[in-house]
Amino acid sequence: MRTSSLGRPLLYVVLVVCSAAFMIPFLFAVGTSLKPIRLLHVYPPLLFPPPNDVHPENYVQIFRVAYVPYALFYRNTIVITLASLIGAVFSATASAYGFARFRWPGRDFFFMVLLATLVLPEEVVIIPKYLMFNFVPDWLLGTTWIDTWWPLILPPWFGGGAFAVFLLRQFFMQLPRELDEAALIDGATSWHIFWQILVPLSKPALATVAIFSFLGNWNDYIHPLVYLNTPAKFPLSVGLRWFQQQASDPSGEPREHLMMAASVLMIAPAVLIFFAMQRYFVRGIVMSGIKG
Amino acid sequence: MATRSTTLPQARTRRSAARRREAIQGILWSSPWLIGFLLFTLGPMLASLYLAFNDYSIAGPPVWVGIANFKKALGGGDELFWASLGLTLKYAFVMVPLGIVGSLLAALALNQGLKLTSLFRTFFFLPSLTPVVASAVVWAWLYNPNYGFLNYLLQQVGIKGPRWLTDPDSALFSLMIVALWGSVGGSTMIIFLAGLQGVPKELHEAAEIDGAGAVRRFFAVTLPMISPTLFFNLVIGVIAALKVFALPDVMTGGGPNYATWTFIKHLYQNGFQSFDMGYASALAWIFMAIVVTLTLINVRLGNRWVYYEGDVRREDE
Repeated sequence: MRTSSLGRPLLYVVLVVCSAAFMIPFLFAVGTSLKPIRLLHVYPPLLFPPPNDVHPENYVQIFRVAYVPYALFYRNTIVITLASLIGAVFSATASAYGFARFRWPGRDFFFMVLLATLVLPEEVVIIPKYLMFNFVPDWLLGTTWIDTWWPLILPPWFGGGAFAVFLLRQFFMQLPRELDEAALIDGATSWHIFWQILVPLSKPALATVAIFSFLGNWNDYIHPLVYLNTPAKFPLSVGLRWFQQQASDPSGEPREHLMMAASVLMIAPAVLIFFAMQRYFVRGIVMSGIKG
Repeated sequence: MATRSTTLPQARTRRSAARRREAIQGILWSSPWLIGFLLFTLGPMLASLYLAFNDYSIAGPPVWVGIANFKKALGGGDELFWASLGLTLKYAFVMVPLGIVGSLLAALALNQGLKLTSLFRTFFFLPSLTPVVASAVVWAWLYNPNYGFLNYLLQQVGIKGPRWLTDPDSALFSLMIVALWGSVGGSTMIIFLAGLQGVPKELHEAAEIDGAGAVRRFFAVTLPMISPTLFFNLVIGVIAALKVFALPDVMTGGGPNYATWTFIKHLYQNGFQSFDMGYASALAWIFMAIVVTLTLINVRLGNRWVYYEGDVRREDE
């Protein structure tokens, strides 16, 4: 659909206005994060501090404030996210291989089940999952897993989520079977075929799964909220909320500059990953929209 | 076995042995997901179905109460049940159409082959990358009635800004703005863009030769051709909207005066704050029933308006 020559400039205006609307929250967040305390509660509010009053040291300060263990939050998020990501990528790839390359009774049925779980709201099972992790047997890493990272890290090691398995299975299906068969004649085991043929050819799909797993865990809110109680164990999502509740304490000085620095630092990795791997990212989203 | 040495049965056993080996290997390879499904999806679902008929608060063993939990929820024993359900449905009924129309318009604008398209696309997309908690914190500051930037901007164009999150009349509306900001340019838009790029140019050219204007071509060519994408975004959008939790929980805590008390917030409150796990499980299953019902309605209605290219069967019927 092409627009008339008259519509084109108008369309540019609309796009610029919309872009501004989408970007203003970021600008205000970054601007606030660079302000000194005395410029926080002023009216009219400044989008950015004046050039001679810019305080990038707020980004160092946020790691040093005594009442919020922000450095811990950050480290926790990285550990939880990476531990989940590795498990998700490995287990989803293996599971997808089983679905794509082997015939076994019930395979097609379970694949339908997998597709159904794509739309199943996770919230439905959160209570029994909590109970399960609350009552783990004594011999299994302590008596309860509540207020530990296990409930966050362990489940991704079992399949890495229906979407990851689906995406990789579709990808494997596109790879010619002749590759496997040739290797099979040469005496390769399924293990070799998996590691030496399929995995090296599937790097784009693996990257896609890794990105989605990363973002999913980095942003996850309800799970850490349910499973963790000790602030020192919080990831950024729950930690930021906790910080916000501390900040609403009326007795103290305004802390919005630190809140915003904390938020910007939480947003930054997601944005960087996007820019670094845009291609895989878009492909993954488009895959999700393709009818299974 | 050795005495009946015809080649055929031997070959058959060999083949069935190979079959069995293949099946075992396949199940082993897929076992991470299969075990995960049993442990973290099916098992918990059945457990929560059982708990839904019990009174259970972790401290003691579950006590069977029959349908009392469902009675309490549906029969008015819990004032917040209908309030939170109504509010969540209202949220979904506003958010889903706005989100889909907004994303589609954005995708159309980005599909015109304009210069700087990729830059605009990045600007549109960034909010959807933002972690929900971070957007909630940033927007709460933006909404600040005294020092926030939003009311200042509104004042510049002569509008007196509302009190946003602190006023029960505007709180839910405020959350919708944040949710739209975070989703209009996101995956929905990207999926629409992919759908638009799949519309054959010849169809547009043919329609243009027949004298169809841009609007006519949109409704007669583009819309039917992208209807599968539209359908997908609708189904996913409804489910996502019903699940809304993090945004109200961080921005308003469900308030003021329960104005943003969504269904999952209610579930969370009952399950993990009051530890009324039986009742919360009943809520979870009611939620599941609502999601499944709305999805099925969508699929049923979708059969009427979604056009699948190459779906010849339908034309034969």
